[in-house]
Amino acid sequence: MNSKITFYLLIAGLIISGLCLAWHRHAYLKVPFIPGTEKSVWLVEARIDFTASANPVRVSLDLPDHPPGFRQVSEQAASTGYGFSILENAEGRRAEWTKRNTKGRQTIYYKIQMIEDPDEKSSKIINKNPKAQKVYWDLLQTVAAHQIIDQAYEKSSTPASFARELSRILTSPEPDQNASLLLSEYNIVHLLMRLINHAGIPARISMGLELEDARRYQPLKPVIEIFQENQWTAIDPKTGILGLPDNILLWHREGRSILDVTGGKDSEIRFSMLKQTLPAMDLARLQFNDRISRLNLYSLPIEEQSVFKLLLLLPVGALIVTFMRIIIGIRTSGTFMPVLIALSFLQTQLIQGITAFVSIVVLGLMLRGYLSKLNLLMVARISTLIVLVIFLTSVISVIGYELGFQLGLTLTFFPMIIIAWTIERMSILWEEEGSREVFIQGLGSLCVAIIAYVCMNMDIIRHLTFNFPEIHLIILAFILMMGQYTGYKLTELHRFGVIKKDF
Amino acid sequence: MWILPSLLNKYGILGMNRRNVSYISRYNIRSRYPLVDDKLKTKLLAEKFKLSTPKLRGVIKYQYETAYFPKIVENLDGFAVKPAKGSGGKGILVIKGRQDGLFVKSSGQTITIDDIKRHLSNILAGLYSLSGVPDSVIIEDLIHPSEMFEKLSYDGVPDIRFIVFKGYPVMAMLRLSTRASDGKANLHQGAVGVGLDISSGKGLHAIQHSRRVEKHPDTGLVLDQIQVPDWKNLLLLSAKSYEMTKLGYIGADLVVDKTYGAMLLELNARPGLSIQAANGAGLLPRLEAIEHIDPDLYFTPEERVEFSMNTFNSDFKGLPR
Repeated sequence: MNSKITFYLLIAGLIISGLCLAWHRHAYLKVPFIPGTEKSVWLVEARIDFTASANPVRVSLDLPDHPPGFRQVSEQAASTGYGFSILENAEGRRAEWTKRNTKGRQTIYYKIQMIEDPDEKSSKIINKNPKAQKVYWDLLQTVAAHQIIDQAYEKSSTPASFARELSRILTSPEPDQNASLLLSEYNIVHLLMRLINHAGIPARISMGLELEDARRYQPLKPVIEIFQENQWTAIDPKTGILGLPDNILLWHREGRSILDVTGGKDSEIRFSMLKQTLPAMDLARLQFNDRISRLNLYSLPIEEQSVFKLLLLLPVGALIVTFMRIIIGIRTSGTFMPVLIALSFLQTQLIQGITAFVSIVVLGLMLRGYLSKLNLLMVARISTLIVLVIFLTSVISVIGYELGFQLGLTLTFFPMIIIAWTIERMSILWEEEGSREVFIQGLGSLCVAIIAYVCMNMDIIRHLTFNFPEIHLIILAFILMMGQYTGYKLTELHRFGVIKKDF
Repeated sequence: MWILPSLLNKYGILGMNRRNVSYISRYNIRSRYPLVDDKLKTKLLAEKFKLSTPKLRGVIKYQYETAYFPKIVENLDGFAVKPAKGSGGKGILVIKGRQDGLFVKSSGQTITIDDIKRHLSNILAGLYSLSGVPDSVIIEDLIHPSEMFEKLSYDGVPDIRFIVFKGYPVMAMLRLSTRASDGKANLHQGAVGVGLDISSGKGLHAIQHSRRVEKHPDTGLVLDQIQVPDWKNLLLLSAKSYEMTKLGYIGADLVVDKTYGAMLLELNARPGLSIQAANGAGLLPRLEAIEHIDPDLYFTPEERVEFSMNTFNSDFKGLPR
């Protein structure tokens, strides 16, 4: 009994670890469970134009650095003849293009792919509190500013609620005198920034990009950020609510310049954007390439990967054969021959595969009938059969090709030696047990092969077996469990049906 | 005709999966399989244990020895050629006599010495052996079935299959070849199986192709009125095969010869399950009854046969299921 418990613990362990590993892969490495899952990706292109004046040129562009609500997938720069690098430091990321000598109108492109991800937070925690900027007003404005700040301060308790109150005052449909005065001088974003700073709360203006599908030549828009709880947090200037609208990509956050061009003039930056759909699988690979490849087969060369793709389907076939033989009780000729046949059907397509397989076996059986008259030793006879099977395969390929079927070369995937053995065994079976048994086992093998083919050809199974190799632990658990099955086979319910009369 | 699994279980029918897991792999020691898989070893062992078996006339192990075959059978009218590691009656050639220098098969067909030699090389190459390994050929005396059996079978020798569990014969079946089975006593190929009452050796039910039959399809004999002669000796011989092989769950194939009486033909470590259909009874209650006998005690074959004959009569029901 004790060994029974360990056995079931082993089964449970296999299933649980298989499920956990698969879940981990799905949740953290974003490998989708369902093939063909697509995700939308923003492709943003920054175009920088300037006129160079025959001097060494250096163009420096501030780049988005972990913008909240987005995750970067890839980036690339296109500019002929320029040296390009991305500089990362504590303040953020900048792209730098350099060229020794150039003249005339220049265009530089920078492309970045971003994927929307609400979980992505701006992770930068700043321990040293920045100081609020000093702001200066003229006399009238000072009075107005003070009154507005007092008004808002009365009704608030935190920097965030203060900002919200401020923006309510400034955006009310009928602004009072003070607000109108200040708004006539400053736009609302700058005004808010100044007022918040004036009140001693650090605030700054960052530049964001409003993402809308297929828009061209968009400028960056100012976005206000206040400092609270060791983080810079954006607020919506229209409502004063913390956080950004989903479609704003914060491009530029520090107080530095967005674009520096030395050795050129009339510089200008504009943005175009496009919403693309990409397979989630490719995205996962792009984003977590190094992390994923440590755990599975993507690190192998493509050629080996495709071999593994087939190999990893074999356990599914083995599971089906185990099920068919133990639970259903179908008789097949050669235990795992059906799986190998199914594997070759994957290459040839089902109908063509079955046609070719059946014709090769039938022709082979006819030739084998002649061979049995020749009184050959067994090894020589099977070798002869192998040669004949290869010959038959080529003949069928050529005929098929001439008739215009694309059967052609795929037939070479048939396991010739296995087929030769199958023919030999079926022919013996015919002589020993009669044609009926040959048909039963032949049909049984073909049925199992077709079922295995259908399963192994399902997109979801191909996807899961290759991208979630831990699924095989679960398959193993099922096979082990079936190995302990002591109940009746389905076919036995018919076989012993005759007993019914005796009780 | 289909039957519910719950009913099968209620009748105590042993299924293939359960047979393999709970009986064959539990009671049969792997290392002793060759004793039954290789008929030559079985034969030599049977001679050692003084169990009666058809006399061995010659063994051919290598291809060049086929040249000596005519010499081996020089003085024999009838003989049987068997692959030592064959299964399910495959590759057995029975010659019942000679005619104008040709050999007459049991079916009446005649074949030449070259045909036989080809058959010999097929056997040697492993064509009929369990996993295709090279094999050897056994040449032994022909069995002359007793008159009563002669009448029963269409062609070929009827044999009796016993399931012997831990030395106790638990179930028996008479196998009769038919025209459909081509003279072979193999149920798969259409031989008739007649379930036999362990306590008396009387016929119970009969099946052919998994269907109930009343009469032999070729000879027309009513099958449930059969009485096998020499029944106790047959049981005893089958029971003794346990001491010989130490295998807990075996099928023993026995024949009754006109002159020598009960003889052991071969043993099988993976006996089939159709015997239950022929008996109209399940094996499980009987196997469980044996499993309840204290394994520390030893009983002689005679005592075991006595137990089986007293217990497994037609009233035997076993534990309630």
